[in-house]
Amino acid sequence: MVEKILAVLEQRDGQLKKVSFEVIALANRISRELSSDCECLVIGNEISNISELKNYFNNKIVHLKNSYLNFYSPSAYSKIISDYINQNQFTIIIFPNTALGLDLAPRVAIKTSCGIATDITKVEIKDKELIFTKPVYAGKSFINLKINSEKKLFTIRPNIFKVEKIENSQAYIEEINVTDVDLTTKVIEYKKTDGKLDVAEADIIVSGGRGMKGPENFYLLEQLAEVLGAAVGASRAVVDAGWRPHREQVGQTGKTVSPTLYIACGISGAIQHLAGMSSSKYIVAINKDKDAPIFNIADYGIVGDVFEILPAFIEEVKKIKS
Amino acid sequence: MKIAVCVSNVPDTATKIKISQDGKSIETSGVTYIINPYDEFAIEEALRTKEKFGGDSLTYSITIGDDSSKETIRKILALGIDEAILLKPDKNLDSLNIAKALANEIQSLGCEIVFFGKQSVDYDSGIVGQLTAGLLNFNCITVVVDLKIEGNKVIAEREIEGGREVVESELPIVITTQKGLNEPRYASLKGIMAAKKKTILEKTLNTDVNSVEVIEMNLPPSKQPGRIVGTDVSAIPELVRLLREEAKVI
Repeated sequence: MVEKILAVLEQRDGQLKKVSFEVIALANRISRELSSDCECLVIGNEISNISELKNYFNNKIVHLKNSYLNFYSPSAYSKIISDYINQNQFTIIIFPNTALGLDLAPRVAIKTSCGIATDITKVEIKDKELIFTKPVYAGKSFINLKINSEKKLFTIRPNIFKVEKIENSQAYIEEINVTDVDLTTKVIEYKKTDGKLDVAEADIIVSGGRGMKGPENFYLLEQLAEVLGAAVGASRAVVDAGWRPHREQVGQTGKTVSPTLYIACGISGAIQHLAGMSSSKYIVAINKDKDAPIFNIADYGIVGDVFEILPAFIEEVKKIKS
Repeated sequence: MKIAVCVSNVPDTATKIKISQDGKSIETSGVTYIINPYDEFAIEEALRTKEKFGGDSLTYSITIGDDSSKETIRKILALGIDEAILLKPDKNLDSLNIAKALANEIQSLGCEIVFFGKQSVDYDSGIVGQLTAGLLNFNCITVVVDLKIEGNKVIAEREIEGGREVVESELPIVITTQKGLNEPRYASLKGIMAAKKKTILEKTLNTDVNSVEVIEMNLPPSKQPGRIVGTDVSAIPELVRLLREEAKVI
């Protein structure tokens, strides 16, 4: 069977997100290995960095436009993408596993009769067949799976797949003005969280637990996060205690994260927390209890008082950054 | 108003995972099962929605599983859900087959508002609500942290990266719930007693072939503990040097 690949990209506020380039890189790889055609698609109105795609992609870039489409609309987006897939007979469709991607992908799967798997962290191709890996139980284990339906759709976890530039790109952008827009379900307002970086998107996370002793001490983590360009995360215990908002919670009932660097401060390392962050590339643990389970998975540990360690840590980082 | 809530029976989040002999699933002996944590918000919201609509409104819970799910279902009934349905499948189902079974049941019950937890904490796929909505041709809002239903109109806030989206839609609708939407109630003694007397409606499912096939399940590679850099502030310059020169992450 001849496969045809579609990479579905994501933009916010007219800017393509980083994960879009990860989706493209994977689509390129699959397209090379299966010798199949590949396109990418983005919905929105004006997208300021769309021409940047030409450095990463070598084929048709479809920009579906309508002035109503700058805000997300599940009903409109799913219909537009599904129509495009059905008309052009794509067989492998890749979405980012983001809030938007995860909301949208299943609806598209139904409208296009695709089998669907989400939160994929690895794709291997064996005898022209795609083998996917996906964490389950918040990363306490992994499954390898196949999608046996004729048409396959999957979402990939951000920050895992490598972005790759290409030379001498033949890419071109085709703009299509969409007229039939079903706005039954639509976003009417976007409330931004005061410019703070989200743990799900951060490259570095500075996270605090019970050992921080109270919400008033999290300024230390915020300062460290600021000098490192990091997001602040939290354990379930401190979120349940109301010290920090739920959006910062890392772990099995919070967010599963895979940053380059995770700095755990005053976190002992309950199994649910470890599940959510143990796939971080590097882990630093600061805790005064030398037997805390967090040290079992930390690359670098300091057994000591966070209230002494953190101010010195902040100063040292400031020194090297200046 | 008929309101449905779809509830997964999942291993307690404190469970240490072992792989079973088939190499494709977890060893379930000795595992305690609980109401999927995100479904607690869905159950609570279903109860509140019923209280709000009043009249002859009814709440139904639907769970897919075997007889071992009944303990969890009693807990759902004890919280105040009117009727519980247990769908017993002929095999392990993938998300799409689960959604098909749920959609059929929701349609025959005639529910117009359906709640799901935003994901179940076993397979973490986070798509069954959306797939079910797609099959039923219902509207759908996911990862909801604030919800208002007035007549036919629905306004919800959903959590996204770095903020919230305010979403407008209308009935019939599927809502998937996130922590923060409400404070789930505890079962009352009266509720627990009443739940013991209720009948769980059981149905057998004949399902299509799964489109997703699990080939194998593995544990993550075990990580070697790293090094303790020090025990006080004097370790900081060395820690920063390691992060900069060895790990190259700052």
